[in-house]
Amino acid sequence: MMGTLGPHAGFILAAYGVTIVIVLALVGWILLDGRMLRGQLADLEARGIRRRSARKAADHPTGTR
Amino acid sequence: MALLDLANPTRFMTLTGRILPWLWAVTAIVLGTGLYLALFVAPADYQQGETVKIMFIHVPAAWLSMFGYGMMATSALGTLVWRHPLADVAARAVAPIGASFTLMALVTGSLWGKPMWGTWWEWDARMTSVLILFLMYLGLIALWNAIEDPIKAGRVGAVLILVGSVNLPIIKFSVDWWNTLHQPASVFRMGGSTIAPSMLYPLLICAVGATLLFIALSLMAMRNEILRRRIRALRLVAAASPAGASA
Repeated sequence: MMGTLGPHAGFILAAYGVTIVIVLALVGWILLDGRMLRGQLADLEARGIRRRSARKAADHPTGTR
Repeated sequence: MALLDLANPTRFMTLTGRILPWLWAVTAIVLGTGLYLALFVAPADYQQGETVKIMFIHVPAAWLSMFGYGMMATSALGTLVWRHPLADVAARAVAPIGASFTLMALVTGSLWGKPMWGTWWEWDARMTSVLILFLMYLGLIALWNAIEDPIKAGRVGAVLILVGSVNLPIIKFSVDWWNTLHQPASVFRMGGSTIAPSMLYPLLICAVGATLLFIALSLMAMRNEILRRRIRALRLVAAASPAGASA
Protein backbone atom coordinates (compact mmCIF):
# COMPACT_ATOMS: atom_id res chain seq x y z
CA MET A 1 0.00 0.00 0.00
CA MET A 2 2.98 2.30 0.70
CA GLY A 3 3.77 2.45 -3.02
CA THR A 4 0.25 3.51 -3.99
CA LEU A 5 0.11 6.34 -1.43
CA GLY A 6 2.65 8.48 -3.25
CA PRO A 7 5.56 10.49 -1.87
CA HIS A 8 3.70 11.48 1.32
CA ALA A 9 2.80 7.93 2.38
CA GLY A 10 4.51 8.39 5.74
CA PHE A 11 2.29 11.36 6.62
CA ILE A 12 -0.88 9.50 5.56
CA LEU A 13 0.02 6.36 7.52
CA ALA A 14 1.03 8.44 10.55
CA ALA A 15 -2.33 10.27 10.48
CA TYR A 16 -4.31 7.01 10.37
CA GLY A 17 -1.99 5.45 12.95
CA VAL A 18 -2.43 8.30 15.43
CA THR A 19 -6.20 8.21 14.92
CA ILE A 20 -6.35 4.45 15.56
CA VAL A 21 -4.20 4.82 18.71
CA ILE A 22 -6.39 7.64 20.10
CA VAL A 23 -9.66 5.78 19.38
CA LEU A 24 -8.36 2.50 20.85
CA ALA A 25 -7.04 4.33 23.93
CA LEU A 26 -10.42 5.99 24.40
CA VAL A 27 -12.38 2.74 23.99
CA GLY A 28 -9.95 0.90 26.30
CA TRP A 29 -10.11 3.60 28.97
CA ILE A 30 -13.95 3.67 28.94
CA LEU A 31 -14.18 -0.16 29.08
CA LEU A 32 -11.63 -0.45 31.92
CA ASP A 33 -13.26 2.42 33.82
CA GLY A 34 -16.66 0.72 33.49
CA ARG A 35 -15.29 -2.62 34.62
CA MET A 36 -13.60 -1.02 37.65
CA LEU A 37 -16.76 0.89 38.62
CA ARG A 38 -19.00 -2.19 38.30
CA GLY A 39 -16.54 -4.07 40.51
CA GLN A 40 -16.65 -1.33 43.17
CA LEU A 41 -20.46 -1.23 43.03
CA ALA A 42 -20.70 -5.01 43.37
CA ASP A 43 -18.30 -4.85 46.34
CA LEU A 44 -20.45 -2.25 48.10
CA GLU A 45 -23.64 -4.22 47.44
CA ALA A 46 -21.98 -7.39 48.71
CA ARG A 47 -21.36 -5.52 51.97
CA GLY A 48 -25.10 -4.82 52.20
CA ILE A 49 -24.87 -1.18 51.14
CA ARG A 50 -27.63 -0.63 48.61
CA ARG A 51 -29.60 2.18 47.07
CA ARG A 52 -33.10 2.75 48.48
CA SER A 53 -34.70 1.58 45.22
CA ALA A 54 -32.58 -1.61 45.26
CA ARG A 55 -33.52 -2.26 48.91
CA LYS A 56 -37.23 -1.85 48.09
CA ALA A 57 -36.91 -4.25 45.16
CA ALA A 58 -35.20 -6.78 47.43
CA ASP A 59 -37.95 -6.39 50.06
CA HIS A 60 -40.68 -6.89 47.43
CA PRO A 61 -39.34 -9.50 45.02
CA THR A 62 -42.70 -9.81 43.22
CA GLY A 63 -42.15 -6.35 41.82
CA THR A 64 -45.04 -4.71 43.70
CA ARG A 65 -43.31 -1.57 44.85
CA MET B 1 -41.19 5.80 26.29
CA ALA B 2 -41.37 9.59 26.61
CA LEU B 3 -38.14 11.51 26.19
CA LEU B 4 -38.50 12.91 29.71
CA ASP B 5 -38.37 9.36 31.09
CA LEU B 6 -34.67 9.36 30.17
CA ALA B 7 -34.19 11.86 32.99
CA ASN B 8 -34.31 8.83 35.27
CA PRO B 9 -30.75 7.40 35.42
CA THR B 10 -32.03 3.85 36.02
CA ARG B 11 -34.20 3.99 32.89
CA PHE B 12 -31.31 5.54 30.98
CA MET B 13 -29.06 2.64 32.02
CA THR B 14 -31.67 0.08 30.92
CA LEU B 15 -32.36 1.76 27.58
CA THR B 16 -28.70 2.37 26.68
CA GLY B 17 -27.86 -1.20 27.73
CA ARG B 18 -30.26 -2.37 25.02
CA ILE B 19 -29.28 0.20 22.39
CA LEU B 20 -25.46 0.09 22.65
CA PRO B 21 -24.79 -3.32 21.02
CA TRP B 22 -26.88 -2.28 17.99
CA LEU B 23 -25.27 1.14 17.89
CA TRP B 24 -21.79 -0.41 17.87
CA ALA B 25 -22.83 -2.77 15.03
CA VAL B 26 -24.19 0.12 12.90
CA THR B 27 -21.09 2.22 13.73
CA ALA B 28 -18.77 -0.58 12.56
CA ILE B 29 -20.70 -1.00 9.29
CA VAL B 30 -20.96 2.72 8.45
CA LEU B 31 -17.42 3.63 9.52
CA GLY B 32 -15.99 0.52 7.82
CA THR B 33 -17.81 1.38 4.57
CA GLY B 34 -16.69 5.01 4.75
CA LEU B 35 -13.03 4.12 5.35
CA TYR B 36 -13.10 1.49 2.57
CA LEU B 37 -14.48 4.08 0.11
CA ALA B 38 -11.99 6.70 1.35
CA LEU B 39 -8.92 4.48 1.14
CA PHE B 40 -9.64 2.24 -1.86
CA VAL B 41 -12.33 3.91 -4.04
CA ALA B 42 -12.01 7.72 -3.77
CA PRO B 43 -9.55 9.14 -6.34
CA ALA B 44 -6.44 11.17 -5.56
CA ASP B 45 -6.98 14.93 -5.55
CA TYR B 46 -5.51 16.81 -8.55
CA GLN B 47 -3.58 19.14 -6.22
CA GLN B 48 -3.15 17.22 -2.95
CA GLY B 49 -2.57 13.80 -4.53
CA GLU B 50 -3.07 10.89 -2.13
CA THR B 51 -2.56 13.19 0.86
CA VAL B 52 -6.27 14.00 0.53
CA LYS B 53 -6.88 10.66 2.31
CA ILE B 54 -5.95 12.41 5.56
CA MET B 55 -9.02 14.63 5.06
CA PHE B 56 -11.35 11.64 5.51
CA ILE B 57 -10.33 11.48 9.17
CA HIS B 58 -9.30 15.10 9.78
CA VAL B 59 -12.59 16.70 8.68
CA PRO B 60 -14.93 14.41 10.72
CA ALA B 61 -12.65 14.77 13.76
CA ALA B 62 -12.73 18.58 13.42
CA TRP B 63 -16.52 18.61 13.05
CA LEU B 64 -16.93 16.33 16.07
CA SER B 65 -14.59 18.44 18.19
CA MET B 66 -17.17 21.23 17.84
CA PHE B 67 -20.15 18.84 18.01
CA GLY B 68 -18.85 17.59 21.38
CA TYR B 69 -18.56 21.07 22.79
CA GLY B 70 -22.03 21.89 21.40
CA MET B 71 -23.37 18.84 23.28
CA MET B 72 -21.66 20.08 26.43
CA ALA B 73 -23.12 23.58 26.00
CA THR B 74 -26.62 22.07 25.63
CA SER B 75 -25.97 19.97 28.73
CA ALA B 76 -24.77 23.07 30.60
CA LEU B 77 -28.10 24.74 29.85
CA GLY B 78 -29.82 21.58 31.11
CA THR B 79 -27.80 21.78 34.33
CA LEU B 80 -28.32 25.50 35.02
CA VAL B 81 -31.85 26.05 33.69
CA TRP B 82 -33.73 22.76 34.08
CA ARG B 83 -31.53 20.97 36.68
CA HIS B 84 -31.85 17.88 34.51
CA PRO B 85 -30.25 14.98 36.46
CA LEU B 86 -28.43 13.63 33.41
CA ALA B 87 -27.27 16.97 31.99
CA ASP B 88 -24.15 17.26 34.14
CA VAL B 89 -23.49 13.55 33.68
CA ALA B 90 -23.54 14.08 29.90
CA ALA B 91 -21.22 17.11 30.03
CA ARG B 92 -18.63 15.32 32.14
CA ALA B 93 -18.81 12.16 30.03
CA VAL B 94 -18.44 13.96 26.70
CA ALA B 95 -15.46 16.17 27.72
CA PRO B 96 -12.65 13.58 27.41
CA ILE B 97 -14.16 12.25 24.18
CA GLY B 98 -14.39 15.75 22.72
CA ALA B 99 -10.82 16.45 23.81
CA SER B 100 -9.64 13.25 22.10
CA PHE B 101 -11.37 14.14 18.81
CA THR B 102 -9.95 17.68 19.00
CA LEU B 103 -6.46 16.23 19.52
CA MET B 104 -7.11 13.95 16.53
CA ALA B 105 -8.08 16.98 14.39
CA LEU B 106 -4.99 18.94 15.47
CA VAL B 107 -2.53 16.07 14.87
CA THR B 108 -3.99 14.92 11.54
CA GLY B 109 -4.21 18.55 10.39
CA SER B 110 -0.56 19.03 11.25
CA LEU B 111 0.39 15.82 9.41
CA TRP B 112 -1.50 17.12 6.36
CA GLY B 113 -0.10 20.64 6.67
CA LYS B 114 3.58 19.68 6.57
CA PRO B 115 3.56 18.16 3.06
CA MET B 116 0.88 20.53 1.69
CA TRP B 117 1.75 23.89 3.28
CA GLY B 118 5.35 23.18 4.20
CA THR B 119 4.70 23.76 7.92
CA TRP B 120 3.47 21.66 10.85
CA TRP B 121 1.73 24.61 12.48
CA GLU B 122 0.74 28.20 11.84
CA TRP B 123 -0.78 30.58 14.38
CA ASP B 124 -3.71 31.40 12.12
CA ALA B 125 -7.22 32.00 13.44
CA ARG B 126 -8.68 28.55 12.64
CA MET B 127 -5.83 26.50 14.08
CA THR B 128 -5.38 28.72 17.12
CA SER B 129 -9.12 28.69 17.94
CA VAL B 130 -9.19 24.86 17.70
CA LEU B 131 -6.13 24.69 19.99
CA ILE B 132 -8.03 26.93 22.45
CA LEU B 133 -10.98 24.50 22.20
CA PHE B 134 -8.64 21.63 23.13
CA LEU B 135 -7.26 23.60 26.10
CA MET B 136 -10.82 24.41 27.22
CA TYR B 137 -11.71 20.72 27.23
CA LEU B 138 -8.64 19.99 29.37
CA GLY B 139 -9.38 22.93 31.67
CA LEU B 140 -12.94 21.72 32.26
CA ILE B 141 -11.76 18.19 33.05
CA ALA B 142 -9.22 19.62 35.51
CA LEU B 143 -11.88 21.86 37.09
CA TRP B 144 -14.34 18.98 37.61
CA ASN B 145 -11.60 16.88 39.19
CA ALA B 146 -10.56 19.73 41.48
CA ILE B 147 -14.01 20.16 43.09
CA GLU B 148 -15.13 17.26 45.24
CA ASP B 149 -18.86 18.00 45.42
CA PRO B 150 -20.26 16.87 42.01
CA ILE B 151 -23.28 19.22 42.18
CA LYS B 152 -21.11 22.28 42.84
CA ALA B 153 -18.57 21.12 40.26
CA GLY B 154 -21.41 20.65 37.75
CA ARG B 155 -22.71 24.19 38.17
CA VAL B 156 -19.28 25.84 38.05
CA GLY B 157 -18.39 23.72 35.02
CA ALA B 158 -21.69 24.58 33.29
CA VAL B 159 -21.02 28.33 33.61
CA LEU B 160 -17.51 27.90 32.21
CA ILE B 161 -18.81 25.74 29.33
CA LEU B 162 -21.35 28.42 28.35
CA VAL B 163 -18.71 31.16 28.50
CA GLY B 164 -16.39 29.02 26.37
CA SER B 165 -19.08 28.30 23.78
CA VAL B 166 -18.33 31.73 22.27
CA ASN B 167 -15.35 29.94 20.71
CA LEU B 168 -17.59 27.76 18.49
CA PRO B 169 -18.71 30.52 16.05
CA ILE B 170 -15.14 31.86 16.12
CA ILE B 171 -13.85 28.46 14.94
CA LYS B 172 -16.57 28.14 12.29
CA PHE B 173 -16.28 31.64 10.82
CA SER B 174 -12.57 32.30 11.50
CA VAL B 175 -11.74 31.39 7.90
CA ASP B 176 -14.24 34.01 6.65
CA TRP B 177 -13.50 36.78 9.17
CA TRP B 178 -9.70 36.67 8.94
CA ASN B 179 -7.10 35.97 6.30
CA THR B 180 -6.05 32.45 7.28
CA LEU B 181 -3.72 29.82 5.87
CA HIS B 182 -6.50 27.30 6.56
CA GLN B 183 -8.83 27.02 3.57
CA PRO B 184 -12.46 28.23 3.84
CA ALA B 185 -15.44 25.89 4.19
CA SER B 186 -15.80 23.50 1.26
CA VAL B 187 -18.65 21.17 2.32
CA PHE B 188 -21.29 23.22 4.17
CA ARG B 189 -21.26 26.59 2.42
CA MET B 190 -23.56 28.93 0.56
CA GLY B 191 -23.78 27.78 -3.05
CA GLY B 192 -23.15 24.10 -2.23
CA SER B 193 -20.09 21.92 -1.75
CA THR B 194 -16.98 22.48 -3.86
CA ILE B 195 -15.86 18.85 -3.44
CA ALA B 196 -16.34 16.32 -6.27
CA PRO B 197 -19.03 13.70 -5.45
CA SER B 198 -16.43 10.90 -5.74
CA MET B 199 -14.76 12.34 -2.63
CA LEU B 200 -17.72 14.05 -0.99
CA TYR B 201 -19.80 10.89 -0.43
CA PRO B 202 -16.97 8.87 1.18
CA LEU B 203 -16.26 11.93 3.36
CA LEU B 204 -19.90 12.22 4.44
CA ILE B 205 -20.14 8.47 5.17
CA CYS B 206 -16.93 8.68 7.24
CA ALA B 207 -18.43 11.67 9.09
CA VAL B 208 -21.68 9.79 9.86
CA GLY B 209 -19.65 6.76 11.05
CA ALA B 210 -17.41 8.92 13.23
CA THR B 211 -20.49 10.65 14.69
CA LEU B 212 -22.01 7.27 15.57
CA LEU B 213 -18.68 6.31 17.19
CA PHE B 214 -18.73 9.57 19.18
CA ILE B 215 -22.31 8.93 20.36
CA ALA B 216 -21.59 5.30 21.30
CA LEU B 217 -18.53 6.32 23.31
CA SER B 218 -20.48 9.15 24.95
CA LEU B 219 -23.30 6.82 26.02
CA MET B 220 -20.77 4.36 27.48
CA ALA B 221 -18.98 7.17 29.33
CA MET B 222 -22.34 8.46 30.64
CA ARG B 223 -23.14 4.99 32.00
CA ASN B 224 -19.75 5.02 33.77
CA GLU B 225 -20.42 8.48 35.20
CA ILE B 226 -23.81 7.33 36.58
CA LEU B 227 -22.10 4.33 38.23
CA ARG B 228 -19.41 6.64 39.67
CA ARG B 229 -22.11 8.81 41.29
CA ARG B 230 -23.96 5.78 42.64
CA ILE B 231 -20.73 4.54 44.22
CA ARG B 232 -20.11 7.97 45.77
CA ALA B 233 -23.66 8.05 47.15
CA LEU B 234 -23.32 4.53 48.60
CA ARG B 235 -19.98 5.41 50.20
CA LEU B 236 -21.60 8.42 51.83
CA VAL B 237 -24.39 6.14 53.13
CA ALA B 238 -21.77 3.71 54.44
CA ALA B 239 -19.79 6.52 56.07
CA ALA B 240 -22.93 7.89 57.74
CA SER B 241 -23.92 4.51 59.19
CA PRO B 242 -20.88 2.39 60.09
CA ALA B 243 -23.15 -0.34 61.43
CA GLY B 244 -24.87 -0.63 58.06
CA ALA B 245 -21.55 -0.73 56.27
CA SER B 246 -20.38 -3.74 58.20
CA ALA B 247 -23.69 -5.63 57.83
